[in-house]
Amino acid sequence: MEIHELERMARSIRRRDLEAVFAAGAGHIGGEMSVIDILTALYFRVLKIDPAQPKLPERDRFVLSKGHTACALYVTLAKRGFLPEAEIETFLAPHSRLNGHPNCNKVPGVETNTGPLGHGLPVAVGMAKAAKLSGARYHTYVVTGDGEMQEGSNWEAIMAAAQFGLDNLTLVIDHNRFQQGASLADTNGLAPLRPRLEAFGWEVAEINGNAMAEVVPALEHRSGRPYCIVAHTNKGHGISFMQDRVDWHHKVPNKEQYAIALAELSEAL
Amino acid sequence: MNAPLSSPKLFDCRDAFAETLEALAAADETVVAVCNDSVGSSKLGGFKTKFPERLVNVGIAEQNMVGVGAGLANGGRLPFVCAAACFLTGRALEQIKADLAYSNANVKLVGISSGMAYGELGPTHHSIEDFAWTRVLPNLPVIAPADRIETAAAVKWAASYAGPCFLRLSRVGVPDLLPEGHVFELGKANLLRDGGDVTLIANGTLTHRIVTAAGILAERGIAARVLNMATVRPIDETAIIAAARETGAILTAEEHSIFGGLGSAVAEVVVDHAPVPMKRLGVPGVFAHTGSAEMLLDEYGMTPAAIADAAAALVQRKA
Repeated sequence: MEIHELERMARSIRRRDLEAVFAAGAGHIGGEMSVIDILTALYFRVLKIDPAQPKLPERDRFVLSKGHTACALYVTLAKRGFLPEAEIETFLAPHSRLNGHPNCNKVPGVETNTGPLGHGLPVAVGMAKAAKLSGARYHTYVVTGDGEMQEGSNWEAIMAAAQFGLDNLTLVIDHNRFQQGASLADTNGLAPLRPRLEAFGWEVAEINGNAMAEVVPALEHRSGRPYCIVAHTNKGHGISFMQDRVDWHHKVPNKEQYAIALAELSEAL
Repeated sequence: MNAPLSSPKLFDCRDAFAETLEALAAADETVVAVCNDSVGSSKLGGFKTKFPERLVNVGIAEQNMVGVGAGLANGGRLPFVCAAACFLTGRALEQIKADLAYSNANVKLVGISSGMAYGELGPTHHSIEDFAWTRVLPNLPVIAPADRIETAAAVKWAASYAGPCFLRLSRVGVPDLLPEGHVFELGKANLLRDGGDVTLIANGTLTHRIVTAAGILAERGIAARVLNMATVRPIDETAIIAAARETGAILTAEEHSIFGGLGSAVAEVVVDHAPVPMKRLGVPGVFAHTGSAEMLLDEYGMTPAAIADAAAALVQRKA
């Protein structure tokens, strides 16, 4: 897909995500809106994957470590053909396989179960290391939240990736500057992320993570080292009253707010 | 039967683990060993020499170690993740739950020096909670072999089993108990001695102690059935129910807290299916004091003689 098509797809995914969260009465809409451009670029341009053969050994690996934004992943997977689009209606419904955090044994295209934070990056390091051992040519991508980078396990994995020379690994940090209950600056700031990652032996790029024209080339870049994209994003991106507001981490819009949000996203379509 | 006059030869089960893993790795290029700076204590020195590129040493980082194991399995490798049991299960429990058990990652966890093998190093290094922590997780077989023969058999089984599992090994020497060529069957207890008055159940380093205790009981006219129950989950319900019905009393012994381990697992089956008097021997819910594993087991009432006494008292409680 070309950039303008990807932008259109991202808006469509945002809208379907909003509808699903409103219908379910729960979700993590702020972090979903911030990460959707990255997911769209991955699934509709970058990842070498085949929805008809989701377990193909040579497939690129993608791990959504910020598993609480599962709804955005489900919508993306559905639009990419991994599951029926109509099934999004079952998000969080009793017995649905689409629960609040992705399950790799039930949802095609999901590689590992995430939800507790700080899990996806170590697993992605293992995936990339496996390719080094077997000679497989797939690339491994992992998206973490920025708040999640407060977990010590991520820094264990960052050190290991550099030690193992994993030039087949790309980490995208969705840097929307907010965690569940506060801005990062008010808890454990982490910023600036770039020098920290560089000090650990990674190549780092900083981009606007909500600008498709920056997201795509960054994801397609290959480094001689493990590669980190610090994606500066806006929590609630695309919906004016949610943008950069910590309370929209997992708040659900009321009817009036829903109408406004839907109109804003539809207008952009 | 008299107790043996000369001490039997004792073996460190880690050697059987290492030999078997190296043989598996020679036959299967997907086998990898993952460890946390525990090459020596996990007996991976030989593996490192023979397959240097397949030893993934993540350094002192247990959470990453288990996550990396899950990723290696996703990429088609067959990882054996080896570390001291206390750090493997305690530090990385959430990774074991989410990345392995819930994700059904084909990773073999090998907890080395479990129980009180690091006796003098103190309770930080004891792993007498690991049965409780791991057996509560769905989709994670928990196995504590009793000797080098069962260890080798269990490692071979683990390699052929499609899914995660936890092998709990010790470094404390144990005698041979199972016959050479023994084939490990998940969830199947081994009858080491039959009897109708009481059943003694143990695994790991306690199995040889209950075998000796059964000899002492025989001298006192009590016929004890002896079951080696390496698999703590899925537990062998059939053998436990038969033991309850046919012998009317069950004693368990383990190098673990009495809370949540083998004894608890056996008691759960007994309570549900065939209530009979029971006695659970183990570490009585305390941080153990300083001493070797053997000394501590003795102090906590698990000398063969003390086990026999507890079993005899249990027989008195039968209706």
